[in-house]
Amino acid sequence: MKYGIRVMPKKDVLDSQGRAVKQVLERGGFSLSECKVGRYVEIESEKNKDELLKMADYVLFNPLIEDIEVFEVEA
Amino acid sequence: MSRKIGVVRFLGTNCDADVYRAVDSTNGLEAHWLWYEDHFNINDYDGLVLPGGFSYGDYLRSGALAAKTTVMDDVEAFAKQGGPVLGICNGFQVLTERGLLPGALVKNKELSFIDRWVTLKSESKNSLWSLNEKECRIPIAHGDGCFYVTNSELETLRSKDQVWLTYKDNPNGSVGDIAGVLNEDKNVAALMPHPERAMSTWMGSQHGKEFFEKLLVNKDI
Repeated sequence: MKYGIRVMPKKDVLDSQGRAVKQVLERGGFSLSECKVGRYVEIESEKNKDELLKMADYVLFNPLIEDIEVFEVEA
Repeated sequence: MSRKIGVVRFLGTNCDADVYRAVDSTNGLEAHWLWYEDHFNINDYDGLVLPGGFSYGDYLRSGALAAKTTVMDDVEAFAKQGGPVLGICNGFQVLTERGLLPGALVKNKELSFIDRWVTLKSESKNSLWSLNEKECRIPIAHGDGCFYVTNSELETLRSKDQVWLTYKDNPNGSVGDIAGVLNEDKNVAALMPHPERAMSTWMGSQHGKEFFEKLLVNKDI
């Protein structure tokens, strides 16, 4: 099974990357109200989603500053 | 007899030689290397230093991968038994990722890597890491040095005297101007600035010396 793990900065944490990308897009003439930059991890494993959440807890994200979403990816 | 201080090296640590020398040049301290893949006997050491650098290339999150290495199991055991541990820059990031210190270090507010001198204010009053100098000049060199905790956690840190050092002129957007923190038991300390780069007047300041001299203080304080 292939899983995707989306890691995004928490709402209250300053997302410097998102802010910088937003500025550049606006300077390029694009209109947007928000831009957030996170990380995407893809893992192939025979384990179920619970095990994936354990992997995420172990090292893939830092709950103090990030939120995650784990989902199955179509092969 | 000299106190034996372990200097921890990960793949990508690059301030290790400077830190080793800073420790070894302090009267009463003797530096020894510790390798990230190896265990060590915690009873053989009187203190530990985690130097700066870019462990594991800062992949995933700064310090996150190094925090899961073999040597860190023993660093944690050493810290839990009250041994003094000092983290510098990437060492600070590793210690927060391991959960031995509160908070997290995220990208600097202005995204740039900042390499310059800063003035630090000594905040903590009653720990073995409390500095005699009220202010000190030490260089910083980091990209992910913005300390983050929630407002309520910040209040907790302040009320428990865990804020060790603050920036006089906040360079990176750190919450509460925090440059260094302590754990609740006050034996683990870490800062983003580099005291090993301020060891003598020709370097621009010798305020860094006191940080290593703290490793001479009895750990039962």
